[in-house]
Amino acid sequence: MLEIKDLGVSFGGITALKGISLSVNDGEIVTLIGANGAGKTTTLRTVSGLIKPRAGHVLVDGKDITRMSAQARVKRGLVQVPEGRRVFPQMSVLENLELGAHLRKDSKAVATDLDEVFTRFPRLADRRKQHAGTLSGGEQQMLAIGRALMSRPRILLLDEPSMGLAPLLVQEIFSIVSEINATGTTVLLVEQNANMALQIADRGYVLETGRIVLSGTAAELTSTDEVKRAYLGG
Amino acid sequence: MEQLAQQLVNGLALGSIYALIALGYTMVYGIIQLINFAHGDVYMVGAYVGYFCMVHLKLGFVESLVIAMAVCTVLGVVIERVAYKPLRKSTRIAVLITAIGVSLLLEYTMMFFVGADTRTYGVLPPFMEQSFQFGGVLVSMKQIIIVGISVLLMVVLQYIVRRTKIGKAMRAVSQDADAARLMGISVDNTISFTFAIGSALAGAAGVLVGVYYNAINPLMGLLPGLKAFVAAVFGGIGLIPGALLGGYFIGASETLVAGYWSSLYTDAVVFAILILVLVFKPTGLLGKNVREKV
Repeated sequence: MLEIKDLGVSFGGITALKGISLSVNDGEIVTLIGANGAGKTTTLRTVSGLIKPRAGHVLVDGKDITRMSAQARVKRGLVQVPEGRRVFPQMSVLENLELGAHLRKDSKAVATDLDEVFTRFPRLADRRKQHAGTLSGGEQQMLAIGRALMSRPRILLLDEPSMGLAPLLVQEIFSIVSEINATGTTVLLVEQNANMALQIADRGYVLETGRIVLSGTAAELTSTDEVKRAYLGG
Repeated sequence: MEQLAQQLVNGLALGSIYALIALGYTMVYGIIQLINFAHGDVYMVGAYVGYFCMVHLKLGFVESLVIAMAVCTVLGVVIERVAYKPLRKSTRIAVLITAIGVSLLLEYTMMFFVGADTRTYGVLPPFMEQSFQFGGVLVSMKQIIIVGISVLLMVVLQYIVRRTKIGKAMRAVSQDADAARLMGISVDNTISFTFAIGSALAGAAGVLVGVYYNAINPLMGLLPGLKAFVAAVFGGIGLIPGALLGGYFIGASETLVAGYWSSLYTDAVVFAILILVLVFKPTGLLGKNVREKV
């Protein structure tokens, strides 16, 4: 469904990605794990069109979207939940969610989806009039995910959803990601918390300084010595 | 007491005009962090379009106002597309200097075509020349029209920014442009739209000033442009309510200084206000210290 081929990205002379390839099949959760600075966020930002690559291709359903604008990619169902949530702090929870549906014209279906988001995240419903900047970190993460769901993504790109959250909240967010996946949304999940990510993922890739060094099913990766030592704390 | 009331009425009319111009400054700053120094000259062009419509085409006041706003809308979008958009990734100082260049270009292009002489709007329709006495305070029809139209435009603006899709996109881009891109918002179109609205308001202000003072010239945008900029900074640059507050405050200070002291000192007082604000509250009256995003 989503395919990345030999993607190379550099910023001002520094190479961030040295030709990585990976694929995400329909209905899967695929995780991209790695340390800080490995190039995980760069990969996602290139897939969503915020960064233009130096080399390589991004394909969705076999169609090359490498030169497409970020806007056109959202239209194709490729939606990113950015690192650090990036909710619009001075806008209400409701307005943030409405912005998620910015490109949609089917206002009835949008209203249904809004109800669904509020059912999935009851805490957002309680705070719908509140400014997003006043929410807690966990609530902001829920809002960021809810906002992405409002655009009816086919492929959800999640960047470090666990960042800065208490362990219990991380559990909650990850089980929500599993639920979203179960309703038919494909997920590409970038995480430093490899342990949690591999628990819900079907497959995974390990990124190290701009290169993919390992890949396999989540079970395979979990039992690999290198992954255990470097990312799973044992 | 009557003197005070009279000066406040005058200040309300003048403040409306500053507020209309300041809104364009502040919205553009809010979205691309640029002090658009050409903004005062868009206002000047608006005044000339109004003049041309009323004096040469013999159109009515309202038609002339609408045409001036339309022309300025186009002008604002063209300026952004031609002069600022190619510099989107350049340093802020490069764009700022370009803005000063655009300002001079507009002023002297206008001078080339119409000459440097001051022009008058001529004889206005009789209903606009009326004035009313309220217990010793003289209120002219022009003042009522200026305040009325300004308030109407501000209400429309508030509606657009708060309620419409494009208005929400504007606020989203000003808060986090990358996150807005991820929502499928076209940042370029949103910026153009912001210039369009700001320039339309400046065009309206130009026609209102032409009617109010009945004298326009190609350099008329310079000082009101700077003062509207002071107004925007006073209220907190980037904040729409701040521009309104600042506009009316600067307008009232000017007329009070002129009324109680001397009209020679109005400009000095306005820029002294700017210095005081920058020293004691650089974020402006309504501005908060922006926390760094994590």
